[in-house]
Amino acid sequence: MLCRGFLEREGLPEVKSDRSTGERCTSLSRCKEEWTLEREVILEMKQISKSFPGVLALDRANLEIRKGEVHIILGENGAGKSTLIKILAGAYEKDSGEIWFEGKQLGGLTPKQVQELGISTIYQEFNLIPYLDVAQNIFLGKEPLRHGLLDRRELYRRAEELLGRLELSIDANETISNLSVAQQQMVEVAKALAFGAKVIIMDEPTAALTEKEIDSLFSMIRRITSGGGSIIYISHRMEEFKKIGDRITIMRDGRTLKTVGNGEMTINEMIGLMAGREITEQYPPYLGNPQEEVLRVENLTTGKIHNVSFSLHKGEILGFAGFVGSGRTETARAIMGVDPLRSGKITVFGEEVRISSPRDAVRHSIAYLPESRKEDGLILKLSIEDNITIAVLDNYAKKLVLNRGREHRDAARYSEMLEIKSAGLSQQAEELSGGNQQKVVIAKWLLSQCKILIFDEPTRGIDASAKYEIYKLINQLASEGTAVIVISSDLPEVVNLSTRVLVMRRGEVAGFLDRGAATQEKIIEVATFGSSGGREAETVQRQDERQNGV
Amino acid sequence: MTMEQKKKAKSNNPILGIIKHNWGILLALVGLFILFSVISPTFLQVKNLSNILQQISMLCVCSVGMTFVILAGGIDLSVGAILGMTGGIMAYMMTATSMPFGFAILIGIITGILTGMLNGVMITYFTLPPFIITLASSQIIRGIVYLLTKGQSIYGFPDGFRMLGRDIHGVPVPVLLMIAVIAISAFLLYKTKYGRYIYAIGGNGQASYLSGINVRAMTIFVYAYAGLTATIAAIIMNARLNAAAPTAGQNYELNSIAAVVIGGTSMAGGEGKISGTIIGVLIIGVINNGMNLMNVSQGLQMVILGAVMILAVVLDMLRRKSEKKKH
Repeated sequence: MLCRGFLEREGLPEVKSDRSTGERCTSLSRCKEEWTLEREVILEMKQISKSFPGVLALDRANLEIRKGEVHIILGENGAGKSTLIKILAGAYEKDSGEIWFEGKQLGGLTPKQVQELGISTIYQEFNLIPYLDVAQNIFLGKEPLRHGLLDRRELYRRAEELLGRLELSIDANETISNLSVAQQQMVEVAKALAFGAKVIIMDEPTAALTEKEIDSLFSMIRRITSGGGSIIYISHRMEEFKKIGDRITIMRDGRTLKTVGNGEMTINEMIGLMAGREITEQYPPYLGNPQEEVLRVENLTTGKIHNVSFSLHKGEILGFAGFVGSGRTETARAIMGVDPLRSGKITVFGEEVRISSPRDAVRHSIAYLPESRKEDGLILKLSIEDNITIAVLDNYAKKLVLNRGREHRDAARYSEMLEIKSAGLSQQAEELSGGNQQKVVIAKWLLSQCKILIFDEPTRGIDASAKYEIYKLINQLASEGTAVIVISSDLPEVVNLSTRVLVMRRGEVAGFLDRGAATQEKIIEVATFGSSGGREAETVQRQDERQNGV
Repeated sequence: MTMEQKKKAKSNNPILGIIKHNWGILLALVGLFILFSVISPTFLQVKNLSNILQQISMLCVCSVGMTFVILAGGIDLSVGAILGMTGGIMAYMMTATSMPFGFAILIGIITGILTGMLNGVMITYFTLPPFIITLASSQIIRGIVYLLTKGQSIYGFPDGFRMLGRDIHGVPVPVLLMIAVIAISAFLLYKTKYGRYIYAIGGNGQASYLSGINVRAMTIFVYAYAGLTATIAAIIMNARLNAAAPTAGQNYELNSIAAVVIGGTSMAGGEGKISGTIIGVLIIGVINNGMNLMNVSQGLQMVILGAVMILAVVLDMLRRKSEKKKH
């Protein structure tokens, strides 16, 4: 039974269905359920296969998208999610199978034609033009004209109307490059809607967003779906699905295994299905083994951080928590010699050192594994092998000439140890999946034998089982005596991994929490309000007050 | 693993590797050879072929230096001007002073390297775009040449120096110099860590910096190297012509960029090979020579050369696409 009363109340579109009676019913929840069941299928991908030489990327995959739903695609890196999406978006040609959209079969379309039909994709890398403003970007290629000339008034009027409909507080006249990543994403969504998108595909939309920004993204998604639009959502963050997803399709090895409604499976069941094995633990056992101090940072001050002090011990995993922009990455940059120090002291292995470039840092056995692998971590055009050895080429040079054989052996050893999946070490780093790219970065620094490793968001954009492997590796490193700093916005990760947690707030150390005392709630509290606990933090604060008093 | 082994077997043969990497432009070169040998009976004569090699030797040397710069993610518009300046300085020292010509060459080379380094220092320390810096410095350098020479050519060099433009046992010395520059450059680029660093900083400067590579020093190095190769080209030119004109080397920067681009090196940096550049130079040289034999007018030559450049780049794009599809 489907009642009209519910649809009216919720402002939902009329649904064509032979089971629709037009009567009014009494139970809202049953109505909602019925409505979900009855919702029209807007898009269907049937038996899609796609092979690349040597790899069957998609094996008879199926996907069904209903009007007004948020459909989550879940799968590990290499499961075929991106291939499926790219085929839908017209970026790849399918080998076989059918795509039906609004009752018509699609095939052989260019990405632009697909977009014009009403299927828009928002990639992780945005397609906005940074020097144009919001309105110009939204209507790029669809500018309103009057007598063949640009109609600026109409352009801004329409843009403001659209932004208003999405309840976004973004100025239509603002230049894109002045917007935050989250705001740019919103503009991308607005642009898709301006193109008349009925299905919007979002690839890892929350990867670079703060908690608050994620909330506003979700409420925007809800506004779109309640207006009848559909969202295909790809993400690795399990906890997000509960909040936003209607149905979930799980993929593995190019196949779509199962489509379930939200809440029909537990997270562990889903992870198990994705990985093809039972996973009971998201985190491996903690193996940290803190010993003597290896790094001491005193009153580090740069343009972005103030009086940061802490010490790091051999075998310790020190978690860096705090909100985005609280100075965690900036502290790492200061230690690495990227941002110049205004004042402060760095002591490594009991010896005070001056570090003015990453080169100096590496010489003092400190390595930084950046949060954006593609921009800062890898040289995408170089091979896996060359990426692994790049930081320690001196070791392979004998009288100028590089010993390629030894390079190859060492790269092979580390790539085997970290189980990097590739078509061979001469494959370009560009072609690897996110998890494997991260492993290449890790291999580079393991090979360098640096004793102090700073991981910045080590598992961002990486699937669950690769995450587990990276956690295991970090634990193993710590147990073998490496001192590790883990900067992370993923609170469960920080809590489960760390020996101690350093919480930052507004460019300063807000407090330290020991393993056990560091709960997610406590960390958020300290990150938000600062803390009275933690002696080191107190000293810092007092020093600060003194400085402020002067 | 089998794929790995296959790849290794392929890369073990350098000639095969060069053919595989450059088949598009090689095809164009072979086509040109066939075309000209059919049209002109003199084209395939040994004397003419040797002539082509001598004609291209200067451009080739410059282009190899340019390849380093472009691979490292930069561009150098001042190589032609550096060629003119160092050529003028060496010519002046050999004619106006009584110092031995070896000493003049040494001064020339030092000047060339220092000028290149100055380019590199400006680019790295002020983080300015290399296009603008080298465009400006090429103006300055060319201006200095006119100031020093008062716009006059200098000629009449010692015999020992002129040997550098002649033959030894039937082999032209310019060609030998060219081969030496290619060999040393290939060695630096493929066998040493400096070569790897050039690819790395051109591919991703930020990641290279964070990996502990001295990006500044490497950037300065490639511009210094371009200065050095421009000076070697100046030596060859002076010796062959027995004269140094203030306009010497004009358009060399553009022609060497053309050769590098025809050779398939990415203007964005990080991708490309010396072998491609050499084939690019050969294409330019063969076209010029063949059309001279056919008495094609200067204007038409320029049109055809431009068209061939576009063709070569299109062919290279197709090659890249077909390689991408394989993955």
